[in-house]
Amino acid sequence: MFSRSLMLCFCFCLCHGVQTEKSGPNLGRAASEDLIKNWNIDVFPDGEGLPAGNGNAVTGKRVYEAHCLSCHGVDGEGSSADELAGARHSLTDNPPDKTIGTYWPYATTVFDFTRRAMPLNAPGSLSHDQLYAVTAYLLYLNGIIKETDIINAETLPKVEMPNREGFIQIGTE
Amino acid sequence: MVRQTDLQPVAGGGLLDRRLFLKRGLSFSVAVALAPETLASASDNERLAWMQKPGEPFSNYGQPSPHERKTIRWTMGNSMAPGNGVSWAPLQDMEGIITPSGLHFERHHNGVPQIDPDKHQLLIHGLVNKPLVFDMATLQRYPMQSCYAFVECGGNSNAGWREEPIQTAVGYFHGMASCSEWTGVPLRIILDEAKLKGRAKWMVAEGADAAVMNISIPMEKALDDCLLAIYQNGERIRPENGYPLRLIVPGWEGVLNVKWLRRLHITNRPVMARNETAKYTELMPSGKSRQFTFVMDAKSLITSPSFGHKLDNKGLYQVSGLAWSGRGRISKVEISADGGQTWAEAQLQEPVLPKCFTRFRIPWQWNGKKMILKSRAIDETGYVQPERDALIMRRGRYGYFHYNAIVSWEISPEGSVSHVFA
Ligand code: HEC
Repeated sequence: MFSRSLMLCFCFCLCHGVQTEKSGPNLGRAASEDLIKNWNIDVFPDGEGLPAGNGNAVTGKRVYEAHCLSCHGVDGEGSSADELAGARHSLTDNPPDKTIGTYWPYATTVFDFTRRAMPLNAPGSLSHDQLYAVTAYLLYLNGIIKETDIINAETLPKVEMPNREGFIQIGTE
Repeated sequence: MVRQTDLQPVAGGGLLDRRLFLKRGLSFSVAVALAPETLASASDNERLAWMQKPGEPFSNYGQPSPHERKTIRWTMGNSMAPGNGVSWAPLQDMEGIITPSGLHFERHHNGVPQIDPDKHQLLIHGLVNKPLVFDMATLQRYPMQSCYAFVECGGNSNAGWREEPIQTAVGYFHGMASCSEWTGVPLRIILDEAKLKGRAKWMVAEGADAAVMNISIPMEKALDDCLLAIYQNGERIRPENGYPLRLIVPGWEGVLNVKWLRRLHITNRPVMARNETAKYTELMPSGKSRQFTFVMDAKSLITSPSFGHKLDNKGLYQVSGLAWSGRGRISKVEISADGGQTWAEAQLQEPVLPKCFTRFRIPWQWNGKKMILKSRAIDETGYVQPERDALIMRRGRYGYFHYNAIVSWEISPEGSVSHVFA
């Protein structure tokens, strides 16, 4: 239960305003290792968070055709959903062409995003091997790796993306 | 009483002193969207139909009048995935500063999840000494506070980058911005409880939707004014706005205000998610892109009169609009009725809150000639909303996000309103 004095000091402050209270009733439950492991699907550019498994563009092409092509088009050229490969112009053309190959700074983001959000009509349905394979295929379509290169937790963070240095971090300037 | 001297313009094109509103005895014309319907035909001494019988009974949840059916969000979903897309708030039909929850704009990456609040949890882990889980019932027992804040999509107003001015209602051009009273638990309280480690510099927030949308936020902001919002405009947040829990990041890009919030991963670096690399970054003519452009810079727009409205005849009108800035309070809004040659200060309606919509108004005497109306916001940091040419000079035309240039409406001699680049 809150004590009355606690309630009083919490009242009537706006978020942009005067003073914000410092502490609460400390009711959070300890999170178990298991819960954290199951929920944490973040993959970082250095490879932190990548699971076991592997694949290459040869198998990835089959995954792509079965699960992605209907929205992203043949060879990732775009359809109802974004173009993923096959850029015809550079970033300084009018208009520019932004694809994984011309724009994305990190290869790990392809795996992370596909695992969390794709295929859009059945997110979370692909195995880790399928995810590595389709990631490899998208990198291959963009001319970044070879068709038979194995993509896994070791190799993916090492893939050098063409636009790796293309971003200026603005922050809160 | 209004004296003739009160009607002396204070700037070109017939702009009058903003304080004129406070004087009595002045009547304004209102720009209307439609041809006026025939007035109720009853003579003055006859009771109108709804005064001759008892009205409708009580209702469990009130709805807008059937006469307001046109005040709706316009929606645009992906052909293969109807839950992927946006809807716009109809700013052209609204007044004041609060967006009704049912009209708040939407951006969903993969539809609106139907979350059972009893099964919803918030996990905090990573660089903390005490990883914690909260269920909704527990969060409800924490001290709450309100935050009056706009949420604006980083992609709002992006039609402004096009070569030709888009001719559409102001809401469908700039309506990926809305403003609510958000009530919930200050994020700082929960972060303190989890005891941050010294290296904690970023927080990756994640939603419980089918897109499992995630994004990185600097810890400095998380500890400053972020809110774990449970209520919107006094009721539990609507499903499309993040029910049962939404992260409010006042003044910063909409995408950071993660809906259906379920996880906060405390880290020492950003995760480089798709929505902070491939999207929500702005390509410039140099080929380099701006990244982590968090703050929504000052913007203003005249909502009345605006595209689709019609001025019936020359005479006195009330110009009304919205201004906001992610950096703080709006300190001034200036209006021009001569295409930007001269400017007059508009009246700001109280309250003027930081990182919140601010309503401005100014009286204007239209002489029936063609003219161009503009508004320009200035915030408390001194930031001045740029003209379109200046913005494009700095950013090029392919950045897509963060378009905040001055909006120009041309009034034709017939009284119709169109969008122009002027
Ligand atoms: C039902 C249609 C659909 C299917 C099937 C689908 N996608 Fe998508 N994809 C989309 C849509 C729509 C978006 C844009 C999502 C958004 O707005 O956040 C998208 C976005 C993406 C992006 C990000 C593009 C960018 O430039 O930001 C990638 C990468 C991607 N999808 C990969 C895949 C892969 C790999 C598959 C197959 C495993 C797949 N998609 C299957 C509809 C689909």
